[in-house]
Amino acid sequence: MTSSTTTRQAAAANGTARPFDVAGIRAHFPILGRTVRGGKPLVYLDSGATSHKPRQVLDAERDFYAVHNSAAHRGAHLLGEEATDAYEGARARVAAFIGADPGEIVFTKSATEALNLVAYAMSNAATAGPQAQRFRVGPGDEVLVTEMEHHANLVPWQQLCQRTGATLRWFGVTPEGRLDLSNAGDLVTDRTRLVAVTHQSNVTGTIPPVGEIAALAHARGALVVADGAQSVPHRPVDVTTLGADFLAFSAHKMLGPSGIGVLWGRRELLEAMPPFISGGSMIEVVRMEGSTFLPPPERFEAGVPPAAQAVGLAAACDYLDALGMENVAAHEEALTAHALGALGEIPGVRILGPLTTEDRGGAVSFTIDEVHPHDVGQVLDELGIAVRANHHCAWPLHRALGVQASTRATFYVYNTHDEVDALAEGVRQAQRFFS
Amino acid sequence: MEVESMYREIILDHYRRPHNKGLREPFDAQVHHVNPLCGDEVTLRVALKDAGGEVAVADVSYDALGCSISQASASVMTEAVIGKTVREAMDISGAFLELMQSRGAAEPDEDLLGDAVAFEGVAKYPARIKCALLGWMAWKDATTQALDGSPTLRSSGEQT
Repeated sequence: MTSSTTTRQAAAANGTARPFDVAGIRAHFPILGRTVRGGKPLVYLDSGATSHKPRQVLDAERDFYAVHNSAAHRGAHLLGEEATDAYEGARARVAAFIGADPGEIVFTKSATEALNLVAYAMSNAATAGPQAQRFRVGPGDEVLVTEMEHHANLVPWQQLCQRTGATLRWFGVTPEGRLDLSNAGDLVTDRTRLVAVTHQSNVTGTIPPVGEIAALAHARGALVVADGAQSVPHRPVDVTTLGADFLAFSAHKMLGPSGIGVLWGRRELLEAMPPFISGGSMIEVVRMEGSTFLPPPERFEAGVPPAAQAVGLAAACDYLDALGMENVAAHEEALTAHALGALGEIPGVRILGPLTTEDRGGAVSFTIDEVHPHDVGQVLDELGIAVRANHHCAWPLHRALGVQASTRATFYVYNTHDEVDALAEGVRQAQRFFS
Repeated sequence: MEVESMYREIILDHYRRPHNKGLREPFDAQVHHVNPLCGDEVTLRVALKDAGGEVAVADVSYDALGCSISQASASVMTEAVIGKTVREAMDISGAFLELMQSRGAAEPDEDLLGDAVAFEGVAKYPARIKCALLGWMAWKDATTQALDGSPTLRSSGEQT
């Protein structure tokens, strides 16, 4: 069922949306047709928080519920078989999207849960068998993160250190919003057990050299976790050249449904890792005295699987691949360059992070002298422009850049250059209003 | 713009020229409150006094970082509660909370709330209600702590 549905959707995306016919793409997104705040067209510049969903994704999810709905990996009936096929087909589709093997794709509820899965597996390793030895951390061991992380790739590691007695260390950030690797030699040592780093900052768009960091870490025997929540939706990502051992991302930021995320992990690591959440679906044999567990990925997927969400995510992968991830990245780079120029030339506006698109994705955060981000966001909202205005779940990064909060515009496949101009004009209006 | 129903002139005035800003001595309790959504923060001090057998608000001072709504609201709050008995001030605080939770459907008591009625428009924007309440909740917390009989309050009470 999945393959026929997804082929039809890929064809639909191909047929009506030539690479960057933005008008054609926009026609696929029902929500972009609505108006806000007194009949104004919606200018949605908050895809970094969550993206909108094209009709192809909505249809795939609805089709699953309408025709095949059942509990995957359970039923002794036809619908159960279809649901299982749909769910496993989606796993294969997502694997292909990032160059992975289907057995290395674990479905979680979010990127956040995917990162927590690794963190909890590491503390659970203390009481698991000898095969889990390499995941154990304790006093004297170090977990290395960065000051640039989203809270989802920071707090779980703080908590892991708290549970195990390991020490948390971190790479700092330069005033330009790049990762400061000048003391990498001091930070990455034989004590380092794991390095967790973003694959693209959700605030500054900065793309850290994950491959370079992974090489340093691997030379010391440390594991590497990359947070791909802001990279996988926006540019081609291939896990065979990534360098990291684990990659986490969320469906809802890449045109897919909410409620499902992905952890990719190297097969031999997933095989040695103890479970995080336990229950039905992940067991091999259960006795009152204790249980044994299935191999990955099932070991990490306790409970009835989110099959409809997986099918929706697979449809999102089809949609993005039909556009071509290279094309998606090029479109966003053009919008980002436009925004950096249009906002950067406004007196009193300070853009956080790199001022060019080199190693930088499409998150443009900025401050305005004398106008608080919340107030900027309110004026923009009144104009129909949706942005985010706070610390974007990256409080330490804001502190490092010397600001309390910022206003953030993020771009995706359906955004236009006119919308970037509308943002710049809105910023000028906010300045006039509060001057 | 419709947004002007929220940013009333009186709010912008308090934002640009906040009253009672800057921490002062003496005080009976100090609190630090944060809005975890946006990182806005306020450090607030309360000094209480005996006013003919009733406890009254002698002084409120604060230092804060935040948006126009949170800054103006803290300023308006200090004007509303300083000099009132704690009982009266708690009534005003309760009325303000009710106004903020009304989604714009309340008929605020201007005699009770004073300048604080200007925040009526904020209640229509759920995302901003926490901004407007930050200073008020800090005041309530500080006052409760002071009333709970910290040693400083007791000694301060003896002096007044």
